[in-house]
Order: sequence, then structure tokens, then C-alpha cells
Amino acid sequence: MKMNKLFFTPVAALAAVLAVTGCKHEPVGLTPIPGPQAAEVPQPGPGPTLNSEQGAAPIAAAPLSSFEGYTEDRAALGGDTIHFAYDSAVIRNGEIPNLQAVAQALGADSNLKLLIEGNCDERGTEEYNRALGERRAEAARQALAGMGVDASRVRTISYGKDKPVDPGHNAAAWARNRRDDFVLLHPPTGGS
Amino acid sequence: MKTRLQILSLLLLCAAIPAAAQNEQSPILIQRTVPVLGFTPPIPVSLEGFTGVAARVLNFDLYVQGFIVVPPAQAQYHIRGTDAVNVSGTVALANHTILARSYAGGNTRAQAHAFANDIVQAITGKLGISLLRGSVARIVFKAQAANGNGKIYVSDFDGANAQAVTAEDTIVAAPVWTPDRLAIYYTSYQLGNPDVFYHDLTTGRRRVVAGFSGLNTSASVSPDGTRVAMILSKSGSPNVWVCDANGSHWKQLTDTAGYDSSPCWSPDGRWICFATEIRGRRELAKVPASGGQLEIVRTPGAPNPTDPAWSPDGKWIAFTCQMGEFDICVMPANGSAPPMVLVRGQHPSWAPNSRTLIFNRPSGGYEQTLSVLDVFTKHVKDIPRISGSDSEAEWAE
Repeated sequence: MKMNKLFFTPVAALAAVLAVTGCKHEPVGLTPIPGPQAAEVPQPGPGPTLNSEQGAAPIAAAPLSSFEGYTEDRAALGGDTIHFAYDSAVIRNGEIPNLQAVAQALGADSNLKLLIEGNCDERGTEEYNRALGERRAEAARQALAGMGVDASRVRTISYGKDKPVDPGHNAAAWARNRRDDFVLLHPPTGGS
Repeated sequence: MKTRLQILSLLLLCAAIPAAAQNEQSPILIQRTVPVLGFTPPIPVSLEGFTGVAARVLNFDLYVQGFIVVPPAQAQYHIRGTDAVNVSGTVALANHTILARSYAGGNTRAQAHAFANDIVQAITGKLGISLLRGSVARIVFKAQAANGNGKIYVSDFDGANAQAVTAEDTIVAAPVWTPDRLAIYYTSYQLGNPDVFYHDLTTGRRRVVAGFSGLNTSASVSPDGTRVAMILSKSGSPNVWVCDANGSHWKQLTDTAGYDSSPCWSPDGRWICFATEIRGRRELAKVPASGGQLEIVRTPGAPNPTDPAWSPDGKWIAFTCQMGEFDICVMPANGSAPPMVLVRGQHPSWAPNSRTLIFNRPSGGYEQTLSVLDVFTKHVKDIPRISGSDSEAEWAE
């Protein structure tokens, strides 16, 4: 998986266009299904390193107490929402400009913090999607850390499939709902 | 398909036994079958003399345990009785009465459930699911509004006597019972984060068991009630953790860099089975509850498995798979046969008989309806919906 290999090149803009265009070709009503299991996959050895090919090591969550009293500003980064492919927590190159905007906002004022809300489309079981949504939020947190944002300023929350932005039951709605929303957090008034 | 046919061929049809009774016109065929997932023929029974709620309860309870109500001439067993004042009835095989019972106390509904339980035991020799330790069997589930918020409910397993146990307007999820059925664990976003709560149903008191930064969800209580497995992301990725019942002595059981979900216990308490991602592929896996190496639980032909549930007798694992849409699958826990895809639906939970499941199935839009399934006959019946979408039911064991 190339989850965390982010490319900061001028090609990113082109990639963004390609990624967006690519979305339109997502087959409607079809979901990718892996082929027969035994045949094409070599027997993985047991052990805790099974997913090491996933990429960067997870960054431990920042303590909730360090976010107490902060007020949510949903408007500031409302235009920087990033979207995901079906059943994926991989950040696509086309989403990187939005992440860079988020990193820039945080870089402008070291008192600000960030809440990343991971969301999924309606397909699949609720608890699977709760985990997937968390992974999507963490993927953005890791990417921001790669852009120099101190990960201890960032917390994540997963809403799974419980907070769709589009209530539709079609491919366009699903694509809009597979997202990370970014909520800027302002420090408690009167605080340092 | 080939494997299914091979399994089907295991069906044993025993010899016809001539009727001993002198007034019978034709021989009686007694079928004894080895239960086969999805292909076991139902046991035909007749049901006479019951009305209203008693008739509805008996029909429902028998149907979801592998019986079918037919006209008396086609029935193998004849169930007769009355619900005037109290429920009473008999079960006869040929002309031999194998059960005669009358019930008092409670109400007609409870008495009918008790009779259903006795009928199942008299005919199959196995415990029915209608009663659990003297009371009508219960489920816990979530009922969700269109805005995503919802409440935790408990009800009888057929949906009757539903009662909300949470009051706040917030997202709730994944309720489960403690083995004594006096308390539940569930996920609530009430404090601004998905936290796992312990809720004492006797006193109404509750407390946060897991309120770490990130995701805390999918609690699953060990069979002896002393340990709880769940998904936490405090270390940076949704992984399986286990703690004592009160939320102490945490131990991280997996450190997959992808994401794990929906842990469940083996009935002997030795294993925790969960959904994960291994080399880019969705798999079920199991890990020793005390910690150790992860093993893949293969589900050939049933892709993208999630929400595993281990049957109380240890023989089966039910789960949700994705065959285009999402379906309920069941396979032998020892992997001796491939999974059987049974019906459209998600999130199975076993009844104590290890053959009946409760699950949720789509009923239009975002809405889900709870439904009860007998995995051997594939008999399936919806239960009444509370409001919006009902899902994530768990059967009290």
C-alpha cells in the first residue's frame, strides 16, 4: 500500500484533476470484490508484522485533556475537506493541496489546534466503518505530521457512516460522504 | 456450488416407520436430519386452538427454530391447546401425547413463549430460545434516527416490551450484555468522543470504561464476564485491546497498521476473533485472549468479512460478508467447510441454541430492520421496528 507516500511535486495539480475525473468513472452499484482467496495469495506467516507494508508507523493519539475548552470553528477549513476512494483510507495525491491549506492554517498560529472528523459512505457494517473512518482521520493526521504539523495539536474522531453530508443512496452521494472534515480549534478565551 | 452439494449429500433420511396405531390410514414418515446450513428441511407441525397473541407468539417462536406450521394432515407433530384465560396445550406424535402442559401467571404472551420453549424441547430434545432462565429471552440493540443519533433499547427477542435505556440525543453503537444480563456495555458519543460505557440496568448508573483519545468502541464481554475486548485507537490505529470488566489492566492484542474491528470471544474464552486487513485484503483473524500470535480465519468465497460472532456451542462463526451487497454467512469455526451465504443482512448475533441468529437487514433508505434467522432452515422473520433504523442487536446468552 502506498498510503503515506505523498508527493509534493508540481504534478500534484495534474494528479488532482485526474483523481477528480477518475471519480466519475467509478462503477455505479458495483463494489470491488477480491477473487478466490486461496489461489492468488501466498500464505502469510503469522505474527504481528503482517501489515508492515502499510507504511508509516502510527502516531499515538494526543490526550483528550489537552483539547479541553477549545472552541470549534467549522467554517475556517470547511472548504478543505478531503475525499477517499471506496473502502480506502489512502490519501490521494489530488487531496494534498487541501491538506497543505490545513497545515498552513495551523502554521499561522501555534495556539490553534485541529479536529479531524473521519466519515464513510453507508455501505458495510457500522463498526467496520467506525474503524475505517478513524483510519481516514489518522491518515490525514499522519500526512499533516509529514508536513511539519505537531501531531499533538491534532485529534481525530470517527463518525463511521453516522454523519453523511449527502443523504442520497447513490455513487455521487457515497463519494461525497467518504471524507475527512477539518475543524479548527481555538484556544479557550483568556487562556495563554 | 460443488461443496454445497457435497454438504447436502450428508443429509440422512431415515426409514419410514409404519404406524402402530390401529386407526391410522397411512404410515407416518419420520424424518431425522443432520442439520445442514441453509438446507435442513423444517419440522412440520400443526397448530390448533390458539388465537391472537398466543397464536402469533407460537408461530413466530416455532418458525425461527426450524418448524413450519402446516395443515394437520401434513403435520408430523400435532400441537393443540387454548389460550382462553391461561395457555395450555399438548403435543402429539401420531396418537402419542409427548407433552401436556398448562401455564399460570405472567401474561398470555409470556405463557405462549413458555409453551413454545417446552414444545421445542419435547420435539428436539434441545433447549428452546424463547425463555432464558425463566424469563422471556431479551435482546439489546440501537434505534437510530435519520440524523445519526439514537438510543439503546432492550426488548424481548421478538421485539415486544421494548424499552429505551439511554435518554440523550447522541450517536450510540454496539451494545452488548454482561453474562448475568444485569448490565450492558455500549458506545456513546455523549461526551464528544466515541467512548465505551458500562451501564447497570438495575440502578441505571453508568460510567465510562474506555474514554481514551480517538476511537473506543465495539465492546465484547468474555464468557465469564471478567474481561472486555474492544477497539481502541489510542496508539494511533484501531486495534484490539482487552481489559478487566471495570476498565483496568489494559492490554493491546494487535498492532496491525491497518484497522481492526468488531472483536468477539470464543465460548471457551481462549480466543478473540475480529475483522482486519492483511496484505491489503479483508480477513477475519483470531488472537489468543491472553496475547500472542495472530492467525487468519479464512473465509473462502465470502469476501470482505466483518462482524464475526462465535456460536455459544463453539461450532460456528457467523459474520457479514460482501457478495456485492452484504450478506449473513456462517461457517464451521474449525474451517472444515467453506462459509455458507444465507441471507441479505449484517451484524449477526447468536441465540443460546447456536442455530438462531438475530441480525439487521436493509429495509429501504438508511433504515435497517432487525430480523431473526434459523441458519439450518433459512427461516427468517422480521421483528417490529422501534423507529428509524434498528441495528446491532445482541442476544442475551
